[in-house]
Amino acid sequence: MAQSFPEDVLEHVFSFLNHDRDRNAVSLVCKSWYDIERLSRRRIFIGNCYAVSPEIVIRRFPDVRAVELKGKPHFADFNLVPEGWGGYVYPWVVSMAGAYPWLEEIKLKRMVVTDENLELISKSFKNFTVLVLLSCEGFTTDGLAYIAANCRNLRELDLGESEVEDLSGHWLSHFPDNCTSLVSLNISCLGSEVSFSALERLVARCPNLKTLRLNRAVPLEKLPNLLCRAPQLVELGTGAYSAEIQSDIFSNLSEAFLGCKQLKGLSGFWDVVPAYLPAMYSVCSQITSLNLSYATAQNPDLVQFVSQCGNLQRLWVLDYIEDVGLEALAAACKDLQELRVFPSDPYDAEGNVTLTEQGLVAVSEGCPKLQSVLYFCRQMSNAALVAIARNRPNMIRFRLCIIEPRAPDYLTLEPLDAGFGAIVENCKELLRLSMSGLLTDRVFEYIGTHAKKLEMLSIAFAGDSDLGLHHVLSGCESLRKLEIRDCPFGDKALLANATKLETMRSLWMSSCSVSFGACKLLGQKMPRLNVEVINERGPPDSGPEDCPVEKLYVYRTIAGPRVDMPGFVWTMDERVSSRFSRATEGHGD
Amino acid sequence: MAIGDIWVPDNHYFHHLATPLSHLSPLFFSLPPSLFCSQKTSLHSRLSYKKSLNIPFLVIFLDVMEPTLGLLGGIGAGGGGGRGGGGAGSAALSCDQTGLNVPNSEKDYMDISKESELELGLGLSLCSGGGGGVEAKGKGSAWSEYGRILTAKDFPNGFSAGSGRAAAGTKRAAADSVGSAEGGSPSTGVSQVVGWPPIRAYRMNTLVNQAKTSNTEDGEGVGRDEKKENSKKKINHGNDKNDSTIKERDHLGYVKVNMDGLPIGRKVDLKAHTSYETLAQTLEEMFFKHPSRKIRTGKEQSMQPFKLLDGSAEFVLTYEDKEGDWMLVGDVPWGMFLSTVKRLRIMKISEANGLAPKFHKRNEKQRARAI
Repeated sequence: MAQSFPEDVLEHVFSFLNHDRDRNAVSLVCKSWYDIERLSRRRIFIGNCYAVSPEIVIRRFPDVRAVELKGKPHFADFNLVPEGWGGYVYPWVVSMAGAYPWLEEIKLKRMVVTDENLELISKSFKNFTVLVLLSCEGFTTDGLAYIAANCRNLRELDLGESEVEDLSGHWLSHFPDNCTSLVSLNISCLGSEVSFSALERLVARCPNLKTLRLNRAVPLEKLPNLLCRAPQLVELGTGAYSAEIQSDIFSNLSEAFLGCKQLKGLSGFWDVVPAYLPAMYSVCSQITSLNLSYATAQNPDLVQFVSQCGNLQRLWVLDYIEDVGLEALAAACKDLQELRVFPSDPYDAEGNVTLTEQGLVAVSEGCPKLQSVLYFCRQMSNAALVAIARNRPNMIRFRLCIIEPRAPDYLTLEPLDAGFGAIVENCKELLRLSMSGLLTDRVFEYIGTHAKKLEMLSIAFAGDSDLGLHHVLSGCESLRKLEIRDCPFGDKALLANATKLETMRSLWMSSCSVSFGACKLLGQKMPRLNVEVINERGPPDSGPEDCPVEKLYVYRTIAGPRVDMPGFVWTMDERVSSRFSRATEGHGD
Repeated sequence: MAIGDIWVPDNHYFHHLATPLSHLSPLFFSLPPSLFCSQKTSLHSRLSYKKSLNIPFLVIFLDVMEPTLGLLGGIGAGGGGGRGGGGAGSAALSCDQTGLNVPNSEKDYMDISKESELELGLGLSLCSGGGGGVEAKGKGSAWSEYGRILTAKDFPNGFSAGSGRAAAGTKRAAADSVGSAEGGSPSTGVSQVVGWPPIRAYRMNTLVNQAKTSNTEDGEGVGRDEKKENSKKKINHGNDKNDSTIKERDHLGYVKVNMDGLPIGRKVDLKAHTSYETLAQTLEEMFFKHPSRKIRTGKEQSMQPFKLLDGSAEFVLTYEDKEGDWMLVGDVPWGMFLSTVKRLRIMKISEANGLAPKFHKRNEKQRARAI
């Protein structure tokens, strides 16, 4: 009875909806909208590859052109997820090869990709244009050769920070001579040298190349050759930024940079020789994104260079910048939105640079648009955090890592509860928070009370009791990802907030106090969650049921327990009781 | 203690143990008695090695029956997260939150037969009994009572360079007092905690790699020349395969470590270590540490680990070099080791034939003596 628009009109209207959330909302209106939407959805994002199966996705969305998948939990970046855990893209590629012949884009993060997968991708999708592999592993440069050779219209090849087994640099030469479509190439993670002449020719014949991130093996002396052939570059990642001090190298370099009128982003800078930094002065005022996080240059060279970049919006840098450099940054770069300061010597307890909380406070004062921070330092105070919070209520991402676990406020020796409390109270739009230092349950009370928009929270060496976890799970309404390590959180808060877990993407707890019994219970009672216990040292039932599990990964899913688990991962589903005999009876295996 | 200066014994773990395991220690050492650890610090898994390079290998002793057996055994009342610790400071939990019906006392919670009392559902209250049950415990130490995996808390030495860093009244106070006595190098502590500080492996490797190549940080003169030399080496234009593999290994400080009998391997960042000692300690933590060492409340728990000690297996640390040969770790200077190692393997003694015949003989002698 209800008059609706003709389908193609609706489809046209839906084509303006790009965000998944909007499309998901639209699909809930009525059956016909659901069908029109699903038939017209071209891009899908799956934040946890085990939350759904390829078959289910393909059944619902039959004509997808771009797929984005994430595999391992975030803490895999820090070696907390054992090798072999999972995250294989294989079943996806195989299914999609048959179902989506017109697939154009595949973006993967923290997944295991093999050369065979890459070969299959290169041969199955005729219109394949974009391959992005961020923090992936399992493939070699041979797999890349398939992509180079077979993807006729390849526009983007981004290897992110993947772990590639580097057999040789010859893969790059597999790009056919008639390949002119490249827009973005990022090979910065590769160790082997690629044939420079092949690279040069490739760059020269791709007029639309906007992003070029070289690997370390590309020598600085040769960089001008590439820049001259690609003056339209918007983002450049240099190779090793070092060479003998020779005036002709310097002048070639300066001249080449002078020609890059579109350049906005710079990265690379391994082995940086500070004398060559001024070669880029001509582009500094254009630069909005600068990644010096591998550049071991120190002050004054470092701060001198950074201060030239008055339009900087994003800066990644090592702690060599020191407080004095950050103060200069605060004065010079009023458009700064994102700052990441990494430690040059993370294992040194004392530190050899003068980077303290003062630097961050200065930037928070001087840069009104600052909204995203990742900061490694060795001391922090509640006063500084309160100041930062008050200065920057527009903060969206705040990740602070005080290198020493459980370090208190260095001035008052108190916990940093008040400081982080100020952050969540003042920064009402905070989406992501990572905390460190000495923290009690009190900080979690603040978080639960105030951090209503928080989507991702990372906790380490914090809290006193289950109450802490309970505050977070019961208070943070928007929470999607929670990752915890080495905190005294146990069964109570977890079980008490079991239904909350279904509203989140995932929960990670390692080196906490969650018992095997609680995991079993959670798995049995919550069929729409996969409760996975990771115990590398043996089956979790080899001790009594109250024995804590090593690592726990809980995520919502409609695909049921996964079938590709390695021997050290146990899933707690309904059948778990029969699989695990009671501790008193001894374990079967 | 005779060998106290070889590496830092983790006295912190063991000061709660009622009795030293004197009857066990001889089983684990086939090195001369002078190298025995003190009884206090010798639980079933230890690393022991000679300070000098005379002993050609690094030996890891293990007392587990099967390598894959969960070393989780023996937690007993020490484990389980059910106790809401920190009774001193914890507020009473409000009873109108969605939650689980939790039994009143911690004792109840541990008892498996009470499982049926635990129910999930909306509108159930999280009783404050849990908190009340543990009010006796100090706020700072409650959770440390749990049997648990080794964490940063167990590395008192590394986290503060000097005792001046010790924060008053914090959990680490006790740890620091032990740590500061050691005077260990400040750089060993943080690097022994897996995944801390939270920096991606890729970044870590790159940083360490660069630190290696640019020895002198200050610019001009000799230093710069050295840097030039090194950077020249890095940008090697040669097509020599060897060079590229060296470059690759330099690029990645992480090497795989597999242990016989364990299905999964781990990775360890060699660049985070400056000696065999720290490497050995890290590997020990990775493969042999288990929560039963965290037992605080003595008696019955201390029985548990012994079950795993029958038929003790012994392991050797070996590595594969760039020529594909398997060698015993400890033979060559550390720097040379770094440049040739491709991966590590914790090998069962029985499989290590040919690698160390002398070791076997010595081994048997010790065992005979012990029994």
